[in-house]
Amino acid sequence: MKHIWLWLPLGLFVLFFAVVANGLINPADRVIMSTMIGKPAPQFSLPSAVDGLPGVGVANLRDGKPKLVNIFASWCIPCASEAPMLEQLAKQGIEIHGIAIRDRRQDLDRFLARYGNPYARIGADNDAKAQISFGSAGVPETFVVDGKGIIRYQIAGDINPSNVGDLLTALKAAK
Amino acid sequence: MIWRTLLAVLLVIASPAAADSLLPDAEMANVQLSDPAKERQAKALMETIRCLVCQGQSIADSDADMAADMRALIRQRIDKGEAPESIRAWLVERYGSWVSYAPPASTITSPLWVLPIGFFLIGLVLVGGRLKVKRKK
Repeated sequence: MKHIWLWLPLGLFVLFFAVVANGLINPADRVIMSTMIGKPAPQFSLPSAVDGLPGVGVANLRDGKPKLVNIFASWCIPCASEAPMLEQLAKQGIEIHGIAIRDRRQDLDRFLARYGNPYARIGADNDAKAQISFGSAGVPETFVVDGKGIIRYQIAGDINPSNVGDLLTALKAAK
Repeated sequence: MIWRTLLAVLLVIASPAAADSLLPDAEMANVQLSDPAKERQAKALMETIRCLVCQGQSIADSDADMAADMRALIRQRIDKGEAPESIRAWLVERYGSWVSYAPPASTITSPLWVLPIGFFLIGLVLVGGRLKVKRKK
């Protein structure tokens, strides 16, 4: 019965092998969430990205009304797929501020003409500094910011019917 | 044959669906700082900051737009005289300690330091036991 301990190293090796094999076969798809939730929105001030809409800065987020900050780009495909959802939210009276990442004016114009323009403001973030300040790791991402300018909630990836409910709940809670 | 040719021609003229920015890389993303000491600091920091979109690479190794933007941000801030560790702390505040390849000492990471010492002590005990047995003979 003492010899059963001799099998321990082999058992440990099999366990180790299984863990490594599992990691290789199903690699973890890590989404890096911002750790800015519950903190004030960072200092930023972006010039207007399209004609006819003003730019956006942190001062615009502190006007007493909760709003969405949508980080997007015309070159980003999931951003086009979430456009109808943003359009619906804008129709419900929700103010959406856009931050356009590394974008060109003519591309943005074409994108908005094709997929609709739900934005009250769009700032041009050509070196992604504002995006990094928010702790955003990609496009599209959407932050709920309350009326005092505190970040309350984040959706990493596109807004779709499965997560829009949580977004609306967070917006309501931010009032 | 004609179909094959046509297909080949189509493949040549088709442009891939671009999911990348058309803007050039940010200023300072791929340009060294003029002060070699500052550039050394910046490079050392870039090698220990993890790229967010191409996970597993440092931003110094990555060609992703976002990594370029982060390199530019680090160079600009070091050029202004900010300490590398303060920039690291600023990034960790936004992305969590995941973004840094230099793990901070905390309760969660304590096994990294404590376990090797533990294993070493176990090894000492095992070897000690062996040596005693030999001496008795």
